[in-house]
Amino acid sequence: MIELQNVCRTFTVGDQQVAALRDINLRLDAGEYISIMGPSGSGKSTMLNMLGLLDRPSSGTYLLDGGNVSDLNDEQQARVRREKIGFVFQSFHLVPRLTAAQNVELPMILAGIPGEERKARVNVLMQNYGLSDRADHKPDQLSGGQRQRVAIARATVMNPTVLLADEPTGNLDRNTGWEVLKLLEGLLQQGITLVVVTHDGEIGARAQRQIHMLDGRVVSDESTQNDPK
Amino acid sequence: MKLADILQFASGSLRGSPTRTLLMMLAMSIGVAAVVVLTALGEGARRYVVDQFSSLGTNLVIVLPGRTETAGIGPGLMSGQTPRDITLEDAQALLRSRAIKRIAPLTIGSASLSRGALNREVVVLGSTSDLLEVRHMSIGIGKFLPAGDIHESASVCVLGNQMKQELFGNEQAVGQWVRLGDRRFRVIGVLASQGESMGMRTDELVIVPVASSHQLFNTTGLFRVLIEAKNRDFIEQTKHDAEEIMSQRHSGEKDVTVITQDAVLATFDRILTALTMAVGGIAAISLAVAGVLIMNVMLIAVAQRVKEIGLLKALGAPGKQIRYLFFAEAALLSGIGSVAGLLLGYTGSFVIGKVYPMLPVSPPWWAVLAATLTALGTGVLFSVWPARRAAKLDPVAALAGK
Ligand SMILES: Nc1ncnc2c1ncn2[C@@H]1O[C@H](COP(=O)(O)OP(=O)(O)OP(=O)(O)O)[C@@H](O)[C@H]1O
Ligand SMILES: [Mg+2]
Repeated sequence: MIELQNVCRTFTVGDQQVAALRDINLRLDAGEYISIMGPSGSGKSTMLNMLGLLDRPSSGTYLLDGGNVSDLNDEQQARVRREKIGFVFQSFHLVPRLTAAQNVELPMILAGIPGEERKARVNVLMQNYGLSDRADHKPDQLSGGQRQRVAIARATVMNPTVLLADEPTGNLDRNTGWEVLKLLEGLLQQGITLVVVTHDGEIGARAQRQIHMLDGRVVSDESTQNDPK
Repeated sequence: MKLADILQFASGSLRGSPTRTLLMMLAMSIGVAAVVVLTALGEGARRYVVDQFSSLGTNLVIVLPGRTETAGIGPGLMSGQTPRDITLEDAQALLRSRAIKRIAPLTIGSASLSRGALNREVVVLGSTSDLLEVRHMSIGIGKFLPAGDIHESASVCVLGNQMKQELFGNEQAVGQWVRLGDRRFRVIGVLASQGESMGMRTDELVIVPVASSHQLFNTTGLFRVLIEAKNRDFIEQTKHDAEEIMSQRHSGEKDVTVITQDAVLATFDRILTALTMAVGGIAAISLAVAGVLIMNVMLIAVAQRVKEIGLLKALGAPGKQIRYLFFAEAALLSGIGSVAGLLLGYTGSFVIGKVYPMLPVSPPWWAVLAATLTALGTGVLFSVWPARRAAKLDPVAALAGK
């Protein structure tokens, strides 16, 4: 489904070149549950942004369903993000002036989905994630766990094929973190591909496929017999 | 993304920072209001002048003695003569022209007017019954000068409204006798109050038959002959005929000046329209200033909302859509700002109209249109750069708030 071939990403800081990703070769298949671990600065976030088309390789190729993504223009790439990819961030990234329901609705507004359908889909999701009574609350009136649940609802409202989560539990206490993780893992039943970047070995160990990174390289890529479902 | 959604999202972001939004709209609306009020004033001045001219009479052509020439030496000077008077016969001869509807000869002088112990120096006009029509005067009480033989020096007079008040107060004036110079006149009418028109206060006049005024001032010439052309299309013909008839009667010499009111009016009209446009243009500069303000504020908005823009991109908004969102914000700002400005401007014009009732203040449609379009135009134009800047943000850096 997604394939990275010899992907490098270097940042230019002043007159220095910082290599965030070095020669990455990776294949993600539909329905996989993948965790990416590694020390700080090892390139995990850069990798996730690359997978989510928020960043472009400095060299190498990104193949999506067999096609080269660098052939797509800005609008086509945006469309892929809109329809196939969901993001969950460590710091939630909710729009503060919008209510929980409006935040969930946002991707559908961008996609031009009619109002009634938007409302219906938001209602279903808010109910599934136990947020019905918080629908009209602004993000600053919600707890961390509730905010992350709103963010997950927003990331899944367009029924993406891939969900990319960058330390989704990083800003939450242990219990809330586990709840959020359970929610994400529940999506696997719908056949979603879940990629979770984490510092927490215990969380990372739950994935069937565990990738370790160091200094911009994939140092190990192991599959286990875990069945979190 | 649908247009309605774009507008709703944009208005949501505007409501998100109400102080900034209100200040921007204020700047925009003051600009629009300035254009509206200033052009309304200019237009009011123009109409005032036009009205003043038409209150003098319509299709008016005026004959005055002497040649006012701007270049060369006139024939009068060549032969060393002073210009010949225009006589009553000259005036009557003008009626030969088929273009002319009626004429009113005019003399002017001053004399002392008295009734009993009351005494006052007044301006005396000598004319005929047609003056009433030609000069658009209206009679309040009694009658105007009688029609009939132009040479008959009847001892009757018509008083201006204020003259009547000064001499008679609330008493009946018509039928009473007054003394003008060394001669007694019977009051046959009082003019309706007209106020000032082109510097001549008709309220303070005394009007007598032209022949009587000739006797009163011991002259034979006329100060002016007022001619009313049949209609607007006959004005040039009238002017031509008047010149021809007068020169025939003055043995071929062109020693009178014929002016048309239209020519004077057209000049004033042009000058005042140009003035109105200039003032409106200056006011429009404030709109450009408001445009720069909008740009400034939009740039701040882009900087403040970097994370939001990054998020929108991550959620699948292409650069084009982000650009539209910022355009929509600017368009809403300037749109609502101009509507408020129009309201403000019209209210202002209305108030000025109430304070100066003689000035017919009303904003010209072209200025209102131009102000609104300029406001919308500058708003959107000056948001091009901020919007492009937002659209070009790198999503990863934007999400990180960099
Ligand atoms: N925009 C940038 N400009 C310059 N260097 C960058 C940029 N983004 C990332 N880097 C560098 O790339 C490397 C990888 O960064 P990345 O954010 O992917 O690490 P990470 O594994 O996610 O770390 P952490 O666990 O702290 O989030 C780091 O050395 C970082 O300094
Ligand atoms: Mg990171």
